[in-house]
Amino acid sequence: MTDSYDVVICGAGPAGIAAADAARTAAGTGARVAIVDANARPGGQVWRHDVRFDGARAGPTGEARQRSRGVFGAAATWYLQTQVVAAAGDELLIEGPTGATRLRYRKLILATGARELLLPFPGWTLPGVCGAGGLESLVKQGWPIAGQRVVVAGSGPLLLAAAALLVRHGAQVLGVHEQASTRHLWSFVSGLARWPMTALQALGLRARLARVPYRCGEFVRAAIGDERLRAVDIETPAGVRRIACDYLAIGYGLVPNVELAELLGCRLVADHGPHARVAVDEHQCTSLPNVFAAGEVCGIGGARLAGVEGRIAGLAAIGALRAAAALGTRRRRARRFAQHVSHHFRLDARIHALAMPDTVICRCEDVPLAALADFGPPGAWDGRAAKLATRCGMGACQGRICGAALVELGLDRPTAAAAPLFPTRLDSLTEPPTAATM
Amino acid sequence: MKTGTVQLWVNGAGVTVPAGASVAAAVAHAAAAAAAGMAGAGGAGGAGGAPRFRRSRGGSPRAPLCGMGICFECRVEIDGATHQRACMILAREQMRVRTDD
Repeated sequence: MTDSYDVVICGAGPAGIAAADAARTAAGTGARVAIVDANARPGGQVWRHDVRFDGARAGPTGEARQRSRGVFGAAATWYLQTQVVAAAGDELLIEGPTGATRLRYRKLILATGARELLLPFPGWTLPGVCGAGGLESLVKQGWPIAGQRVVVAGSGPLLLAAAALLVRHGAQVLGVHEQASTRHLWSFVSGLARWPMTALQALGLRARLARVPYRCGEFVRAAIGDERLRAVDIETPAGVRRIACDYLAIGYGLVPNVELAELLGCRLVADHGPHARVAVDEHQCTSLPNVFAAGEVCGIGGARLAGVEGRIAGLAAIGALRAAAALGTRRRRARRFAQHVSHHFRLDARIHALAMPDTVICRCEDVPLAALADFGPPGAWDGRAAKLATRCGMGACQGRICGAALVELGLDRPTAAAAPLFPTRLDSLTEPPTAATM
Repeated sequence: MKTGTVQLWVNGAGVTVPAGASVAAAVAHAAAAAAAGMAGAGGAGGAGGAPRFRRSRGGSPRAPLCGMGICFECRVEIDGATHQRACMILAREQMRVRTDD
């Protein structure tokens, strides 16, 4: 079965929702718009529905509800709990609760967002070690955290948001450990005067965390446990300190989800740090003339920038180029904030050296660092040979976790994106072709 | 069934979670109930930290890492279908979940 649309949007976070709203509003009643998202509700990671505090009503809630009001319902077709498995020609093969379908598009907007940068250190595979955004996401979906002792660590403003959410759900947050130095943090905070609304939000978060210690220049050296996490060793300016805990919420920032863009053949660049992003022009158009991209997939910049880029992409996709160009100033301003964040939260080189020879790098295939070191030094590391010899990157996550970690450590991804993008039911791949052959 | 809740089975034990909760949350609730039971009524068992969802190739215990469908560490068997991501699937009434699939 093939469904045809004027605009197909992949991802229903801030960028995807803004793109859908812009395309629908500017097109009047004409354009057929579809939105695909892996989650059960729109909102992405940043506006994820909270089972405890957002009520049980169906559809988007909270901020996502406000933003998607114009497009949720009849104005667009929603393919939720649905993932893109493969792409060819001007069609996507998607797999959802009712099976596989093909989506044919005139214009495609990639708003696939970002994932957390998770870096290897001794003990990072223990149950109880989660991403900071990861634990936030689990808790919003009902994971019991009340009364549990949580250490929050890593880097960036998202740690404060995660800690505040955990406190709201009754967790005992023992501390937030930011790897950036006090000097960098003060410089970041004083620079926030240029973004007064953001500064106010940060102050609000800090106020909610009044009883939680916030320490700079500290990072997790190791997680200790047996069948689950029991404690973490924190590197502090005064030496290593062991803290007993039930959970470690640890995140070192975000990495763009470029797999679908890569599969389509869009040009990627790595110009702001080691991780690839999708290259776009002033209309958010990628190197392919009918494929646009918006939000974190074009470089990490936060929800506000994602919203502006999504709006530009939605307008450009239906040919409203003048309206799209009018948003250029807003985009530049939001981008400057993103640069301000990435400049001040650069990672301490010691964090790149935490993994020991026996530390697992590829969690899917249990490949330790020692097995990967034989394939050359940083700069001349042979990812392909490493993959063939060790199976690194060949497990269920298809190299998404170890690939980003290896890039951050100065090596290379063992695998490039290939179809199927996610482990899939075999019958999806044998879905009879209609127009194009996958 | 109470309004706004879902009752399902994790490794044969019944567990009740809020409507809209993920299968991952249901597994954690089931483990917390088991831990509290072992500690005895009024015991100090508490929720007992993060439970194991699966074992890796090398046999080490694993549980959700990314919480958003990327890492596949939370995969479980749901109604006979193996390798399902517990963090991406909502708990449904009478669903049967098995860990260590």
